[in-house]
Amino acid sequence: MIVLDKITKTYFNADEEVPVLKGISFTINDGEYVAIMGPSGSGKSTLMHILGALDTPTNGSYLLDNQDVSKLSEKELAHIRKDKIGFVFQSFNLLPRSTVIRNVALPLIYSRVAKEERTERARQALFSTGLSEDRFSHLSNQLSGGQMQRVAIARALVTNPSLILADEPTGNLDTATGELVLDTFKQLNDKGHTIVLITHERDVAEHANRIIYIKDGSVLRDEAKKSS
Amino acid sequence: MKVADLLEETYIALSANKARSALTILGIVIGIASVIAMTAIGQGAQSTIQSSITSAGSNLLYVTPGQQRGVGVQVSAGRGSAQTLTQEDADAIQQEVSLAKNVSPELTRRYQVTAKGTNTNTSVIGTTFAYPDVHNMQVDQGSFITDADVKSQSRVAVIGPTTRDDLFGTDANPIGSTIKINKVEFRIIGMTVAKGGSGFSNPDDAIYVPISTAQRYLAGDKYVSNISVQANDAESMATIQQQITELLLQRHKISDPLQADFTVMNQADILAMASSVTGTLTILLASIAGISLLVGGVGIMNMMLTNVTERTREIGLRKAIGAEESDISMQFLIESVMLTFLGGAIGIILGWILAFGVQYLGFTTTKVTWDMVLLAFGVSALIGIIFGYYPARRASKLNPIQALRFE
Ligand SMILES: Nc1ncnc2c1ncn2[C@@H]1O[C@H](COP(=O)(O)OP(=O)(O)O)[C@@H](O)[C@H]1O
Ligand SMILES: [Mg+2]
Repeated sequence: MIVLDKITKTYFNADEEVPVLKGISFTINDGEYVAIMGPSGSGKSTLMHILGALDTPTNGSYLLDNQDVSKLSEKELAHIRKDKIGFVFQSFNLLPRSTVIRNVALPLIYSRVAKEERTERARQALFSTGLSEDRFSHLSNQLSGGQMQRVAIARALVTNPSLILADEPTGNLDTATGELVLDTFKQLNDKGHTIVLITHERDVAEHANRIIYIKDGSVLRDEAKKSS
Repeated sequence: MKVADLLEETYIALSANKARSALTILGIVIGIASVIAMTAIGQGAQSTIQSSITSAGSNLLYVTPGQQRGVGVQVSAGRGSAQTLTQEDADAIQQEVSLAKNVSPELTRRYQVTAKGTNTNTSVIGTTFAYPDVHNMQVDQGSFITDADVKSQSRVAVIGPTTRDDLFGTDANPIGSTIKINKVEFRIIGMTVAKGGSGFSNPDDAIYVPISTAQRYLAGDKYVSNISVQANDAESMATIQQQITELLLQRHKISDPLQADFTVMNQADILAMASSVTGTLTILLASIAGISLLVGGVGIMNMMLTNVTERTREIGLRKAIGAEESDISMQFLIESVMLTFLGGAIGIILGWILAFGVQYLGFTTTKVTWDMVLLAFGVSALIGIIFGYYPARRASKLNPIQALRFE
């Protein structure tokens, strides 16, 4: 469960202060599928970095599964990322010249999981993204964009994190391929994963069950989709 | 992160860029190979000199002209430069130092020596019948100089096998032939057994003549260039050294031993002197090689820094999926240590082959010691750590957000 309370983030540059987040509060329960939507430059990625323990807020508190993440050390943040978070990036960030399996299994080496188990868990994660098995031993740079993003999703899943964060995951994909990736998220959510999807496109945000609108670093609206 | 995984990651990273990895370790390979080869040459020279000193005879004392001004100076100030020892000094030692078993006065100079149509430049050693006993030398054909030869100043010579080869050709029987040393005619009466040896004083490349003859026909005076004294046993060495010093001080009318115009040294002194010289040589050779190691290390650092920059996004990703700073720094440190370790291993093999080649081609004997091999391994690993540390630290401190944005 995520509880944000009056989160602010200000970048301090050489001679100017850049306030990016101006007091953001919301709660996301386990098993939710939430889209955070807003125009470019509104602070979505900054917010995601804080949610993903890549960065700490300037002020406010962030409880992740009842643990206050906002004031942890660099090392403790690394532990949170390893155990509780799975990231999916707009630009995939796969290791080139490495196989699909190795890419997906990569996070597990930092959890000291044995090699056979890593491979097995990577395969399971890949199955749940719907990538066909004959691609598993291909090199990651031999895949299409949609396939790459599904590998990246599998990598985010493999540690079985309580939270999957995706920052513009369909930004580099054509509409049809984007739909496939969004379907994957939908299926993962049906299996119980908490998903936070960041996007500036309404069509994409519509796939989630709840949309939090952000503008100029503040929450504009927070609306749940009527269950259909 | 487990050690096995760390090594696998390293292997994958290094083999992803084989050509660059190979070129980078070349510096270390060359550095380590030259350290191994250079010290092998130094150590080889050391053991050659030591064995030639010990094979010169046992329980030996050397009396040489010139003041003892300290180790090193003595080496150059030795033979021929100062003329203070005479035949009479040698005779007096023979008569008065009762513990001395053999006394061999020697007058050594290089001369042009000619036989029928051939000539060579070699050491001519004027000495007495005692020489073979003192210096562990045997006569192969004919006989050595006798007491009578010395008394009658006869112009007879005993030839070393190498000099024989030069003047008469291998396998020739030189006995009875005549040669001219410095235009004076000598008859060859014997040839010594080959002792082997190389370097500055090769007992096989020499001609031995009666010392009285050498003084009269070749040098023209009564001086000797050194006196070798053989003791009965190792215990009496110190006493003999003391007695010779006192005798010669008295004969030369010198009251202050520090003003002595001669030096009495035993084999241990000479060994120590020689090893200090060859030790310095070894250090000199090794430090020249060490500089190339340093250059190799800088090459490693350069490659690792490039590596870190190129893999900025990968580092950002690894951090995002949970790698700690220590995971990242270990990964890059192990990469550079693996590189230098590999370079070290290849360098050791190459250096060994080089040392073997130098010996095989007959330049000098070489000796690769396990100490050096272990040291070379240690040094190459250390270079990996030292020059890999900064790039590894830089990688580990990268901000994951900025690293992921890096183009
Ligand atoms: N390190 C930084 N220093 C200063 N300003 C920053 C920094 N990172 C982001 N910003 C600013 O914060 C604002 C929000 O950026 P971002 O969170 O990336 O927006 P979004 O993802 O919604 O497009 C932008 O105006 C951007 O220029
Ligand atoms: Mg963004």
